[in-house]
Amino acid sequence: MIEFNDIDEIVFLIKKQYGYDFEGYSRASFLRRINRYMQLSGMVNIVNLKNDLINYPENFNTFINEIVVNVSEFFRDPDFFSSLLTNVFPYLESYPKINVWSAGCSFGEETYSLAILLKELNLLNKSRIYATDISTNALDRSKKGIYSIKDFKEYSNNYFSSGGKESLNKYFVSDGEKTIINSELKKDILFSRHNLVTDGVFKECQLILCRNVLIYFNEELQNKVLELFYDSLPVHGFLALGNKESLRFSSINDKFKIIDSKQKIYQKIK
Amino acid sequence: MRIIIIGGSAGAFNLILSILKGLDKEIDIPIVLVLHRLKNAKTILEDYLQLESHYKVKEAEDKELVKAGHIYTAASNYHLLLNENLSFSLDVSEEVNYSRPSIDVSFESFSFALNEKCCGILLSGANQDGAIGLKMIAENGGKTIVQDPNEAEFSSMPLSAIKIYNNHIVCTLSKIIKNINNYAK
Repeated sequence: MIEFNDIDEIVFLIKKQYGYDFEGYSRASFLRRINRYMQLSGMVNIVNLKNDLINYPENFNTFINEIVVNVSEFFRDPDFFSSLLTNVFPYLESYPKINVWSAGCSFGEETYSLAILLKELNLLNKSRIYATDISTNALDRSKKGIYSIKDFKEYSNNYFSSGGKESLNKYFVSDGEKTIINSELKKDILFSRHNLVTDGVFKECQLILCRNVLIYFNEELQNKVLELFYDSLPVHGFLALGNKESLRFSSINDKFKIIDSKQKIYQKIK
Repeated sequence: MRIIIIGGSAGAFNLILSILKGLDKEIDIPIVLVLHRLKNAKTILEDYLQLESHYKVKEAEDKELVKAGHIYTAASNYHLLLNENLSFSLDVSEEVNYSRPSIDVSFESFSFALNEKCCGILLSGANQDGAIGLKMIAENGGKTIVQDPNEAEFSSMPLSAIKIYNNHIVCTLSKIIKNINNYAK
């Protein structure tokens, strides 16, 4: 295991060798993820870790995947999706074309959840969902859209609590272990790599979803990313954050109005 | 600043209430509670606890700085970590011991951030969560207390902790409360 005072050295090494900048990451999360990577790889101390990072660049992809948290589920927080249905989609309906940015899409669960709801409102065909992540492995898995059926029952319950009108099964093809998302849901989603820390605005979007990503950043980086979202939204565009994230301490707080204070949905007003 | 962190699962809720009732009125050491709670449950744990305490009871928020006179609860469905600057960090990574928040995850993180300035307490519970983390707190110089398994409604959590490390203080609830009041002075 490594400790807090080893972090700077590792951050420096990664930046120098691979160009990834983890300086603005929440240090407690970063430490935990590194220790988890070390545990899974059988490393016991910082010497092992440095040796791995310096001499085995082929392992770096695995390292990134372990550092960047890729845990999600379909319709995580049904109250959030239900609020989108009530407070955001009726508004978006009036646009001829809807661009949505699903930032930090992990393995695609949330992006597809969104696509399913848009489809049920007949809005998907005029929508374009830009799903981005820092991890190419996560993007590959998102594109494939293959999931374990282990948690499907919970997903199905969440889907109904979110306000789903059909049956979640309808959108998947399953065998005994795996389930695959229907390809018709994929055609309006564009998966691409985007690093929130270093990359800029790429498209104006009427709705940005970035849930449970900011908690992995320190306050300074959180603010920088929120400014990026501000720049990517038109006036009246919506921003949705995770349940435990908020604009409260950011520099753009007064440029948004709160649509749902509990579900952390905001609308840009100036 | 020193911090007390308490982990508990099945059978721990009433213990927490008793602990809060038993706190000396003049102490204000920050206390963090990591309790297993139902996912998506709309519980009002904080409101209940507030009734029994002279502390301000609130859910720990991401990047919030720990302050004296506060009892913080770990949010349901998030792991609770601590940065070296004594601000909280939330984390939605995979469950540990089928739990999120996991007591092990918090204990480990607090032990890294606080070293000897940490007191970890493990109460009743029906699984093994907290045992490894409590050992880390002890090994990093912190004080560690386990509820006497004979008293705990569910003994497997206390028993797991004692099994992997035999230098914890093992005692009943009334002694745990005395220990907290002494530690806080």
